[in-house]
Amino acid sequence: MSGPVKFTLDGKQVEAAPGESIWTVAKRVGTSIPHLCFKDDPEYRADGNCRACMVEVEGERVLAASCVRMPSDGMVVNSGGDRVETSRRLVFDLLASDMPERSRSPDPDAHFWGQAELAGLGETHFPSVRPGALKEIPVDSIFHDASHPSISVNLDACISCTLCERACRDVQVNDVIGMAARGVDAVPVFDIDDPMGLSSCVGCGECVQACPTGALMEKTLLNEAATKREVYADKVVESVCPFCGVGCQTEISVRDDKIVKVDGRNGPGNRGKLCIKGRFGFDYALNKDRLTKPLIRRTDAPKRGDIRLSRENMMDVFREATWEEAMQAAADGFNGIIGSDGPGALCGFGSAKGSNEEAYLFQKLIRQGFGTNNVDHCTRLCHASSVAALLEGIGSGAVSAPFTDADHADCIIIIGARPEQNHPVAATYFKQAAKRGAKMIVIDPRGQRLNRHASHPVIFKPGTDVALLNSMINVIIAEGLTDTAYIKANVDGFEALRDKVKDFTPEAMQAVSGVEPDYVREIARLYATSDRSIIFWGMGISQHVHGTDNSRCLIALSLITGQVGRKGTGLHPLRGQNNVQGASDAGLIPMFFPNYASVEDADIRGKYQDAWGRTLDPAKGLTVVEIINAIHDDQITGMYIMGENPAMSDPDQTHARAALAKLDHLVVQDIFLTETAWHADVIFPASSQAEKTGTYTNSNRQVQIGNPAISPPGDARQDWELIVELAKRVGAEWDYDNISEVYTEMAAMMSSLDNISWDRIVAEGAVTYPAKSANVPGDEVIFTNGFPTATGKAKIVPADLLPPDELPDNEYPLVLTTGRLLEHWHTGSMTRTSAALNAQEPTPIVGMHPRDIGAMGFERGQQVTVETRRGAVTLTLRADRDVTPGMLFMPFCFGEAPANVLTNPSLDPFGKIPEFKFSAARIRAASGAEA
Amino acid sequence: MLESIEGKRGLPRHRPPYIAEVGLFGRPTLNHNIETLAWIPTILANGAKWFADQGINADHNGMRSYSVSGRVREPGVKLAPAGIPLIDLINDHCGGMAEEHDFKAFLPGGASGGIFPASMADHAMDFGSFEPHGGFVGSHAVVILSNQDSVRDAVLNTMQFFKHESCGQCTPCRSGTDKMVRILQETAPDQPLMADLMQVMSDASICGLGQAAGNCVAHLIKYFPEELS
Repeated sequence: MSGPVKFTLDGKQVEAAPGESIWTVAKRVGTSIPHLCFKDDPEYRADGNCRACMVEVEGERVLAASCVRMPSDGMVVNSGGDRVETSRRLVFDLLASDMPERSRSPDPDAHFWGQAELAGLGETHFPSVRPGALKEIPVDSIFHDASHPSISVNLDACISCTLCERACRDVQVNDVIGMAARGVDAVPVFDIDDPMGLSSCVGCGECVQACPTGALMEKTLLNEAATKREVYADKVVESVCPFCGVGCQTEISVRDDKIVKVDGRNGPGNRGKLCIKGRFGFDYALNKDRLTKPLIRRTDAPKRGDIRLSRENMMDVFREATWEEAMQAAADGFNGIIGSDGPGALCGFGSAKGSNEEAYLFQKLIRQGFGTNNVDHCTRLCHASSVAALLEGIGSGAVSAPFTDADHADCIIIIGARPEQNHPVAATYFKQAAKRGAKMIVIDPRGQRLNRHASHPVIFKPGTDVALLNSMINVIIAEGLTDTAYIKANVDGFEALRDKVKDFTPEAMQAVSGVEPDYVREIARLYATSDRSIIFWGMGISQHVHGTDNSRCLIALSLITGQVGRKGTGLHPLRGQNNVQGASDAGLIPMFFPNYASVEDADIRGKYQDAWGRTLDPAKGLTVVEIINAIHDDQITGMYIMGENPAMSDPDQTHARAALAKLDHLVVQDIFLTETAWHADVIFPASSQAEKTGTYTNSNRQVQIGNPAISPPGDARQDWELIVELAKRVGAEWDYDNISEVYTEMAAMMSSLDNISWDRIVAEGAVTYPAKSANVPGDEVIFTNGFPTATGKAKIVPADLLPPDELPDNEYPLVLTTGRLLEHWHTGSMTRTSAALNAQEPTPIVGMHPRDIGAMGFERGQQVTVETRRGAVTLTLRADRDVTPGMLFMPFCFGEAPANVLTNPSLDPFGKIPEFKFSAARIRAASGAEA
Repeated sequence: MLESIEGKRGLPRHRPPYIAEVGLFGRPTLNHNIETLAWIPTILANGAKWFADQGINADHNGMRSYSVSGRVREPGVKLAPAGIPLIDLINDHCGGMAEEHDFKAFLPGGASGGIFPASMADHAMDFGSFEPHGGFVGSHAVVILSNQDSVRDAVLNTMQFFKHESCGQCTPCRSGTDKMVRILQETAPDQPLMADLMQVMSDASICGLGQAAGNCVAHLIKYFPEELS
C-alpha cells in the first residue's frame, strides 16, 4: 500500500497521497465541498456524521461522505450533480429548520452559515419544536446554559456534529464532553449532564473554537443574556500567548482597541490548542486597575515592609508625575548610589514574561549602564537548579527535545510536574501518547488527574527524589539494562555513578521514598528497555535544596540508557514562564552574558567590553535570594525591577518585603501596582504583552514573535523604550529605532541564534534554534551526536541523599508544599486581575486530604491558619484528595494569603533556588472560626 | 454491536472498510445472524444439497424462519421454504387471515422492507423479488394488515419506530426520521417535501436503518395514495 492513488474527480484525473480523503484531494485541486462535522485540521479525526460533504461514487448504491472516504484506484467521483446537491441542500435544510435563523442565531458569522450558502440553502422547510427554532433563543430555553463564567452553551443552535466531543476527548483529552441520548435527542453533555459551570470542565475552550454553529461560544462576544452575538472584531492580530512556556500561537480578535476573544493558531507547540489562561485570561490587560501614570513616592510616606496598598489608597503613598520627572528621579537615584556606594550596590530583576529583546536590554543596562552583574530573574525560583545540572552534565541548559516528541515516545516519565495545571497544552501530547498506548510514569508526592492516563502512577514521599531515582539507576545497572555502547561513546563518570548507587537498592530506599521495590524495578526496566523514553520535569524536581541533585539523577538515567539525542527520547524541563528560556538565553542571569557565556571568562568579557565600550564587572553577580540577603546586609541599596514581583514570589516573604522596604532606591516597572510596587520610590507604568512587539522563546527552543493587539492604557509606555531611556540617563549611549534592531544586536552575540534573523522569525512565525542554515528548519532534537562540552562527552555527577532543609517535627508536623493552580499564574498579577480566571478560583485555599481534615477535626471550607517558622497565613481549607495525607498544599498566587510568607529560603548550593516545595508546617482553626 | 463490544457507543461504522477487513478491535470479523448459525449442524448432518433442495423451487434455496405477525389466524415463527409466495405462507402456514379481516397490505421484511398491497402477495418471499419495487424480505419479519387497518397509520407507526431507534449519529436519519413523523402527522402532508426527505435519507444516511426508513413512505405514496388525501 504505497504510492499515490489515481482516481477521477469531476471528470479529471487526480492523485491522492496515502491517507488523503476525497475531500482533501478536492480541496487541493480547488473544489470546495461543504463540510460541518469535519474540521480541516489534522488534530481532528474525520467523523462523517453530518453528511454535508456527500459525493457520488459511480457504481455505488448510496452517496459517500468525502471527508472519511478514501479514494481507490480507478474510482470515479462526482462532487456535484443533482443527486449530490439535493442531498446536501436537504441536510442543511434539516439542520437549519431546528436552529435559530441566521440573523438571530448565537453567531451569524459561524462556519455553518458560510457552508449553508455554499450548499445553496434558501428557506427552510421542516417543522420543529425546538424553543429557538427560526427565532431568537429564549433565555429560558432548556438548551441554554450560561453557568460557565466564560462559555455560553446554546444547544438550540447545536447540530450534534460531535466536534465539541472530539475537541474535548481526542484533542485536549479532558474527557468532559460526551454525546448523550439517542436519535433526535442526541446532544453533547458535560460529565453526567451537569451544567457546564459545575462540571469538571477545565475551560480550555477547545470546544468553542471547534463548534461550527456558535452553540458553544465565548461570552465576551454575546449579548447579556448570552444567547446572541453582538460583538464583532474590527481587527485580528496573530501573536503568541503570554502565559506559560508552551508558547501557544494565538489569533487575537480586537474591537475598539479591546481584546474580545483569543483563538489558538497552528503553532509548532500548540497545533491550534489553548488552555483556559490563554483563551480567556486576556482580560488582565484590560483591567481598570492598570497603571496609567508614572508615580513617585510621596515624601511623607515612609517605606514599610508590612504595607498593603490598592488602587484606592495608593495616592496616600504615591503622587502622579510626568514621565520626565519620573525618569529623572529614577536615574538620579541610581546615579547617586553608583557615585556613593559603587555599581555593586545596585541590582536589577528582569522578567521572564518580557520579550527576548527586553531581557537583553535589561541585562545590558545593568551590566553596561550600572556596571554590575547583579541581575537575575524568576528563573532562579524556577529551573535554576535544572539548568545548573544540565550545564554541568551535558553542556547546555535547554531541552534536548520538544514536548511534542511525546508523539514518538514509547515511555514517558513525568516527574515533579503537573502539566495539566501548568502546561495544559503540552499535557495534551502526553495524554494523547498514553491513549495511543505509550507507557506513562507519573511520579509526584501528590496525586493528579493525569494519573488517570498513567500506566504507572507513583506517589512517593516528598523530598525523596534522589532516593527513588538512585534506586531506579541501581536497578538499571544491576540488571545490565544500561546502553554500554552509548556510555562508552558519549559519557564520562559512569563508574563513579555505579559505585555510588550500589547501596541504593530499591529495598534499602523503600524506607526513604515509600515506593515498593518491585514497582521501582518495573518502572526502571520500562524506562531503560523501551525503544524511546523521554523525561519531563517541573518545579517538583527543581525547587529543593537538592534540586540540582534531583536533575543530576534524571540526566544520569537518560545517559546510562542512551535515552537522549534521538526522536522521542531526551530531557525536557518544562519551562514555566512564556520566556524563561529566552530571558535566560539572553543573559538575564548574574553569572552569564547572553548564551551562557561566563562573565568570569576574560576573553568573553573582553568581547563585551569592546562591544559596549566600558570595563565590565569581572565577578559573577548575586542571585535573587542572595540579593534580598545583601540588602539586609547593607551591601545593596538600589534596585530596578521590571515585571517581577519578588514581594510575592520570593521565599520567606516577610523577610523579602522588609528588604524591599529597606532599599534607598527602588524603581518598579510594571503594568499593575504589584505587591512589589508598594515598596517603590518610582513606578513606571508599562505595557502588557498584548501591547508590544517582541520575540519569545518557548520550552521547545522555538523563537516566536508576539505582535501588539491593543495600545497601552493612558500614559503607559513600551518597556523596551523605558529601559533605553533609563540607560541613556545613567550614561549609556544607546540608539535603537525599533525592537528588531535590538534583536539583531542580541543575535549577533549569541551563536545559538545563528541563521535566525528577525526577518526569518517574522516570515516563519516560529524558528527552532539551533538552525544549521537560514533555509533549513532548526533542530528539534539535539545531542544527536555527542554533547557541547569540552570533551564532546556528557558528565555524570552522582547524587547523594540530602534531606530537605526543614523536616517535620513535633512542633511543625506537616509538610507544606506550594505551587500553582490551573487558573492562576504565578503571583497572580496577570490572573487575579482577570475576571474570567478569578471567577474560577476567587479565594485563597490550602489543600488537605479529607482524611486528615476529618482526623484533625476540621470541616472543609472553614478558615484555618497555616504556620511555619517564618510566619502564619489564614485562608480557606479545601478538601483535596490529590494532597497526600501529612501534607498541605498552598498556591502562591493569592496576595491576601501569600504562601511565600511561609516558605523556606534555604537554597540549593548550585542553582541557588529556594526550597519552595518543602516546609515544616502546622495548621489550626483560625481564631474566631469554629474547629 | 462491534462498537458496543469495544466499549463504545452503539453507533454504526462507516463502510468501507467492511468488517471482513477491519472489524472487531480492528481485526477481520465474521458477523452472522443466529438463524444462519443455527442451521449449521443440520447442514453438516444432511449436506448442502439437502438444504438447498428445501426451497420452493430451483430458483430459491433452503428453509427460512418467517416471523409472521398481524391479522393472520395463527401468527408466529413459521419454518417454510425459501421463495414461498406470501399468500401461501398465510394460507398454508398461518391458518389464513384472522376472522373478519380481509388481506389488504403487508410488510415483507420488517419495518425497513417496505409496505406492499395484497395484490403483490404472489411474489416469492426471497431476496431479490421485492428489490425492484423498493423493498426487501430482509429479516423475514412479515406483518399482515387487513381492511380494518390504516396503512398510513401503520407507516406513521413504522416511522415513529425508526425515530425511536435512530442512534442519532447522522443528520438524515436523526433529523429525517423526526421530521418525517411530523410531516406524516399533518393533515395534508407535503408530498414533494416527503420525496426530497426520502431521497436524502436513502442516499446519505450512514447505515441501512436510515437508508431504508423511507421505504414505507414511498410505498404509501405509490400504492395507497388515497390514504394521504
